[in-house]
Amino acid sequence: MVVFDKPHALTDVPLHYCPGCTHGIIHRLVAEAIDELGIEGRTVGIASVGCSVMTYNYFNCDMIQAAHGRAPAVATGCKRARPENIVFTYQGDGDLAAIGTAETVHAAARGENITVIFVNNAIYGMTGGQMAPTSLPGQVTQTSPYGRDVKTVGYPVKVCEMLRELDGATYLERVAVNSVKNVKAAKKAIKKAFENQVKGLGFSLIEVISTCPTNWGMTPEKALKWAEDNMIPYYPLGVYKDITAEKEAERA
Amino acid sequence: MAEKVLMKGNEAIAEAAIRCGCRHYFGYPITPQTEIAAYMAKRMPKIGGTFLQAESEVAAINMVIGAASAGVRVMTSSSSPGISLKSEGLSYMAGCDLPALVVNVQRGGPGLGGIQPSQSDYFQATRGGGHGDYRMIVLAPASVQEMASLTAKAFDLADKYRMTAMILADGTMGQMMEPVELDEGGYTPVDKPWAASGTGMQREHNIINSLSLVPEELEKLNFARYEKYKAVEENETMYEEYMMDDAEICVVAFGIAARVSKNAVIAAREAGIKAGMIRPITLWPFPAAPIKAAAARCKAFISVELNMGQMIEDVRLASECRRPVCLCNRVGGMIPSPEQVLGKIKEINGGVQ
Repeated sequence: MVVFDKPHALTDVPLHYCPGCTHGIIHRLVAEAIDELGIEGRTVGIASVGCSVMTYNYFNCDMIQAAHGRAPAVATGCKRARPENIVFTYQGDGDLAAIGTAETVHAAARGENITVIFVNNAIYGMTGGQMAPTSLPGQVTQTSPYGRDVKTVGYPVKVCEMLRELDGATYLERVAVNSVKNVKAAKKAIKKAFENQVKGLGFSLIEVISTCPTNWGMTPEKALKWAEDNMIPYYPLGVYKDITAEKEAERA
Repeated sequence: MAEKVLMKGNEAIAEAAIRCGCRHYFGYPITPQTEIAAYMAKRMPKIGGTFLQAESEVAAINMVIGAASAGVRVMTSSSSPGISLKSEGLSYMAGCDLPALVVNVQRGGPGLGGIQPSQSDYFQATRGGGHGDYRMIVLAPASVQEMASLTAKAFDLADKYRMTAMILADGTMGQMMEPVELDEGGYTPVDKPWAASGTGMQREHNIINSLSLVPEELEKLNFARYEKYKAVEENETMYEEYMMDDAEICVVAFGIAARVSKNAVIAAREAGIKAGMIRPITLWPFPAAPIKAAAARCKAFISVELNMGQMIEDVRLASECRRPVCLCNRVGGMIPSPEQVLGKIKEINGGVQ
């Protein structure tokens, strides 16, 4: 009896992520959702710039690698060209909430029928640990060596809170992957975000609170604890908007 | 049967694009090309196509990237400042070898500049406004008829070579009305096995990507791409020669500047001066061969441009500096008059006798 197996939607390639990084878990959750919905053959993923840039090697579906911040626009073009396909983006916090803010906001405002997986670990990972739009007040990074001073660089961007005011967004939920319980809830949310697209219900975004042991300068275990103690209080988990039922009723 | 209608240049581009199978347009408003977007907004919903006004030129070109990656015929249009914003995308499109049409109806610059005609994006179009080693196929229409016919040509070339093709027009070409013969179009979709259109669980996944972190591999990709560019240079260069058989003064001009220059050449002939004109239709690949041949028998070249002298560099390179190359120009939205060009022809003819 098989009790644990690699999802088909993941390729059999070793991940390049640092030890203890939670990208691996999130990749798996996305792949499981794709498998369970049976949509791999018509799914197209949009990789972003940052640590997740090489996502195109890890998912078995067709993949497009977008310029920094532009994934929601690329996804829009891809989805409009082939509406029968399932299109998702996989973006980090610098990509989605700094350089790509406009693309994110307007894809949501249009109610673009896509799925956005937003991985928030409060730091730029690939470039070696710079301050992100989601770095916490006081957080020490390479470019905030004395801690993020909100008086000079302002406050973190709370993406779900910001987007919920847009009429175009269908489903926004913030989840985390720092405990078994949270991983299970994250899986449920991610699957629902894909299901919404299959049903044509519009824009779904799942923000996943993640960790970066390497650039946070912590062991993986301590990083999970830091996420629990510092990130989740600032970025409370939960559903920020869900008009899935209304949209379904509209379509019925 | 081809039908003959009176159309604005911008509308001719839009109609020609639709007739050759383009069903996806992404853009952002900017003068003087907005008629293209307006035409698409009206027509696309009626024929099952997509017209989408993006939040910015940056988003629009990335929507083009998404649709081109999915394997459909797709286009965007803009004017000079907007093309600067799209240039990041143009570089990625080259890096991903994506076919699409980008229209630049040029206006005066730099910066916000003006909204009147210009050709000052020649460098940007032929040298690449984006980063990295790459080329675009650049077509320069000189009539409303060519706005239509070169649009169809641009899509075909883009698909054939997996390259971005650009129509480099100007405000005059976009705004003026002329009779244009539109053929029925009809296009056989090109097979795009590389596209990110869904594996259908029938094949390995396709990856549309410009990232290549191993230097040896990135070098190989660049060399391979330039082999393709070489084939484009060899097979796709287009130009028109006018009264060049016995010409002693060779005017080189494209687009609206060529329209003006043609009148000047006729006037020069009437005045007994053996003038002729070479009109590049493709700006890249640049028609270097006829200019090199002209250098063997002409006394001088005059590059007529609506900029501070950009194409003149290509004329000098093509003629290998064997003859004097002079500039006759207006900028900032101004257009040279036939009298100005004729004056230059007379001046040069006198000077090099």
